[in-house]
Amino acid sequence: MPTKEIAGVSVEVDGEGFLTDHKIWNLDLAAAIAKEEGIDPLTDRHVEVLNFMRKEFEENGTAPSIRKMNKLNIVPTKELYALFPGGPAKKAAKIAGLGKPQGCI
Amino acid sequence: MSEQPEPIKKVSLIVSKGSLVDVYPALVMGNGARMEGMEASIFFTFFGLGALIKKTQNSLKVATVGNPAMNMAMPMLKMPITMPFPTLLGAIPGVSNFATWMMKNEMENLDIPTIPEFLEMFTDAGGEVFACKLAMDMFKLNKDDLCDEVSSVLTVGEFYERSAGASIIFT
Repeated sequence: MPTKEIAGVSVEVDGEGFLTDHKIWNLDLAAAIAKEEGIDPLTDRHVEVLNFMRKEFEENGTAPSIRKMNKLNIVPTKELYALFPGGPAKKAAKIAGLGKPQGCI
Repeated sequence: MSEQPEPIKKVSLIVSKGSLVDVYPALVMGNGARMEGMEASIFFTFFGLGALIKKTQNSLKVATVGNPAMNMAMPMLKMPITMPFPTLLGAIPGVSNFATWMMKNEMENLDIPTIPEFLEMFTDAGGEVFACKLAMDMFKLNKDDLCDEVSSVLTVGEFYERSAGASIIFT
């Protein structure tokens, strides 16, 4: 596995820069990955969404779909696209330290 | 060194048919394009308009006749995939409704939205939904007959204008 220096720490990532171990994630890492993805600063609202995604991932083994986050009133679809412009599911999962989302929806 | 192909930046999808399985692929592809950060629009024409008409969009059906690929496993009868689904069986009243019901259940299990919800999700994602003017005139429809997600009724020329720079996909 390639390693990458993020926020002053050397971490293992996959070929597309997703963390291979979600457990090493912290807010400094998240902010640094967000910056690389063009999201700066990472706001409390971003962090709320990321925390929900991480909770779901730990419970179900996959990141929640955009639809699920909309239906559970975590974040409306429109807002999610505004928070993570240019590919919300993939970007949010990357910043949340999770693997690349596998779903098509 | 070979040059990297240019990534797709914009897609325009066209839906000209109105069964459930004709409409879903375009919505999945269009929504998927938005998820990848591409611009996306879907142009509905002829029977595809059924997905946009308020009175019909909830009752799109799976067509059970004339599809030689249909078999006892698809849709979801849990029998062998090698066993054909005879087209005459598909013509019996209620069979299309039943197949539709089976497929809708399966869709919900896979976290796939219904057609109206999918259109809302697609437009919330920044996708645009267009209706074909010629088909509207032919079926004597007004913009009021269509759901709120439709942003404009377009002529073919306007559709091509708006598709400048896009990959056009006919489904």
